[in-house]
Amino acid sequence: MEDLKKFLTGNVLLFESDSLTPDTEKVLQQIRREKTGKPVIFISSGTSSIIAGAEKTWNAVSSYINDNEPDAELVKVGCNGPSNFEPVVSIQLPGKNKLYFRNITEEKVEPLLNGVFHSDINKDDLIGQSGSRGFELWQGIPFIEELDFFARQKRVVLNNCGCYDPESIEEYIARGGYRVYVKVIRNYTYEEVCDIIERSGLRGRSGGGYLTGLKWKQALNTVASSRFLVCNAKESDPGAFTDRTILESDPHRLVEGIAIGAYAIGASTAFVFFRQGSDYARNRLQKAIDVARDYGLLGHNIFSSGYNLDIIIRKEPGAFVCGEETALISTLEGKRGMPQLKPPYPTTSGLFGKPTVINNVETLMNVPLIMQNGPEWFRSFGTENSPGTKVFAIAGKGRMSGVIEVEMGITFRSILEDIADGIKEGKEFKAIQLGGASGSFITAETLDMNVDYEIMKEKGIGMGSGGFVIIDENTCMVDLVRYYMEFMHNESCGKCIPCREGTGRMLEILESVIRKPVSEDAGTTLERFKGVMQLETIASVMRDTSLCGLGQSAPNPFMSALKNFREEFEEHIFDRKCRANICRGLRTFSIDVEKCTGCTACATKCPVNAIYGTRLQPFFIVEEKCIGCGICFDICKFSAINVK
Amino acid sequence: MSTDVDLILKKYKPGKREDMIPLLQEIQDDNGYLSEDNIIKVGAFVGMSTTKIYGLATFYNQFRFIPAGKVQIKMCHGTSCFLNGSQAVINKIKEETGLNPGQTGRDGIFSYDIVTCMGGCNNGPVISVNGEYYPYVKPEQIPDLLKKLRFIIEND
Repeated sequence: MEDLKKFLTGNVLLFESDSLTPDTEKVLQQIRREKTGKPVIFISSGTSSIIAGAEKTWNAVSSYINDNEPDAELVKVGCNGPSNFEPVVSIQLPGKNKLYFRNITEEKVEPLLNGVFHSDINKDDLIGQSGSRGFELWQGIPFIEELDFFARQKRVVLNNCGCYDPESIEEYIARGGYRVYVKVIRNYTYEEVCDIIERSGLRGRSGGGYLTGLKWKQALNTVASSRFLVCNAKESDPGAFTDRTILESDPHRLVEGIAIGAYAIGASTAFVFFRQGSDYARNRLQKAIDVARDYGLLGHNIFSSGYNLDIIIRKEPGAFVCGEETALISTLEGKRGMPQLKPPYPTTSGLFGKPTVINNVETLMNVPLIMQNGPEWFRSFGTENSPGTKVFAIAGKGRMSGVIEVEMGITFRSILEDIADGIKEGKEFKAIQLGGASGSFITAETLDMNVDYEIMKEKGIGMGSGGFVIIDENTCMVDLVRYYMEFMHNESCGKCIPCREGTGRMLEILESVIRKPVSEDAGTTLERFKGVMQLETIASVMRDTSLCGLGQSAPNPFMSALKNFREEFEEHIFDRKCRANICRGLRTFSIDVEKCTGCTACATKCPVNAIYGTRLQPFFIVEEKCIGCGICFDICKFSAINVK
Repeated sequence: MSTDVDLILKKYKPGKREDMIPLLQEIQDDNGYLSEDNIIKVGAFVGMSTTKIYGLATFYNQFRFIPAGKVQIKMCHGTSCFLNGSQAVINKIKEETGLNPGQTGRDGIFSYDIVTCMGGCNNGPVISVNGEYYPYVKPEQIPDLLKKLRFIIEND
């Protein structure tokens, strides 16, 4: 290992010329497993794979190898995108293209491996093949790059994900990693790096879309004794998992991105602010940082350049608001994570009063690529205003789900129909929820919009952090908005009254809209109507008067749903009906006299004794007493209960 | 499993407020919760009044002040799990255990939290029990699962 380290440092990282010697290339090919005489089995390992059972698959494969194929090598790789295919197992036989298989749970391992090693491949679980030049093709098997899911993507940030062992720095270096970082700290000035990033037009991927190079320059031009770079890996929107997947699959590129970013602003300490619960990703990143330090890529006087850098991981202690820049700084300083008034912006006075740049994971992932290939290369993707690509985490009711990367300028329809392959079970499309709990909805009318910061801003839709939740007709928008409002209410830090009280009031009103009108007198009805009429006012006051982005954007899901699905809200309020049949409080239950056997199961379980009848005779429900809990519906064995 | 707090304190420099949160996190990771004694010790070490530490720690929902249960249940309530029916599972857990999120039962067996997004968006609703994941959870599976877990703990 020590020899390899010395070799890689001397012949790759510190090698003066851009093209390496043929001898070095040979070694690197071996590290990349392109020239190997033994079969290699790759198993995806990330949180979503583990939830789907990848650890059990790993054990099954390793015991199979021990028994049958002692030559074979077993490698853990990151996720390469489609979560619904997890656990993904890919197998590379010597000299042949890699084959990808999906949903390989424990029990499928033996038949699969038996098949592959005896040239009898089970086509049911096959995704496709992929490989590089000089490899033998498999006849009649599609290339994964040609599948709809991958063909419409532009994988730049994610190009390493799922291809290499994220815990191996050797493999990352063999794939060209860290070379540009060493080049940057040895040859470039701070301003040059900032210039290149500014010329590339890279915009912050966390939602605001501020020019990254400009932000760095602001921090660099502020006179101070020290500066800080903070990588915001907080990502705590419900339903967003892009950053986590990136960190699990390609932690070294993030370390490189942070290191270049920190160099560009002259920071000697960088923090990574991690979300609570992503322990798996955090351990991977910690390992990556430790091994990078061991290679001399971090630490004191890095490769005799005179530059010092250390990266420190901090765990977020559990507050959604900490994703906001100033609140994040307060948390890092050991205070309550409450937002502060801006200006001064963090770039002039941030952490401990020093200039601080806060960048999101995806932004920093782009940095090594821009430095390596130049700003013109980066500008060749995407649109004029928004160059580059965007990573989304598709979840919800699409046929496909997982982490994808598309070129800016693609339409949402293309993502929905080509990449996500439409809606599960042939249901009707209703909306896309973009950007988590403070995002907006994209409906059938806005589906042809392009993914572009400026175009979306015009329509009042924020890009968000990468959450892309597909919603079908079976989802009740009022209930969904109530869910987001509940989340925001729980997470409001309590500093400003409009947000603290506003989210609470809005939640109360939304709950009254979906509650069963039992024993409702004129007074409570009036209160509800008054409340409903005030919803929009509360929302606009919150938007105008809250201090931070959380409060200002808390009413977004509501405003956007009301604009696009007004009739659904009106149905709930006036007709007291939920078209998706989700709001339990608005359902009315009745007993089918034909089917009821009079078993009394429902009557004994009814919490409000609303079901009457005689044993072995059909029962009936007193509608005025019913609270709509649905227990009778769940308990009836004869499906004699009807719901309307 | 709980080591002495003094050993943890030794790793830090005294009097630095920015170390407060990592310090509390480390103590909690080690002991499972923040006891009154430990908070007083931390206060003396960092030079902050105990009330201020409580003020800080209660702001964040990670910190707990009573010992955690032997079985830690984490329920995912992210958007995707919500769309797939996590609310019904949450109601069932509440019904079966009588616990609200963030609470620990009196018998010290179960503690229960709601988290947003564990990453199993395609396998939702997801529940994690002491770090082990259960995908596609349905409300009717909850009583049996809890019974099984209780049985394991009580006979251990």
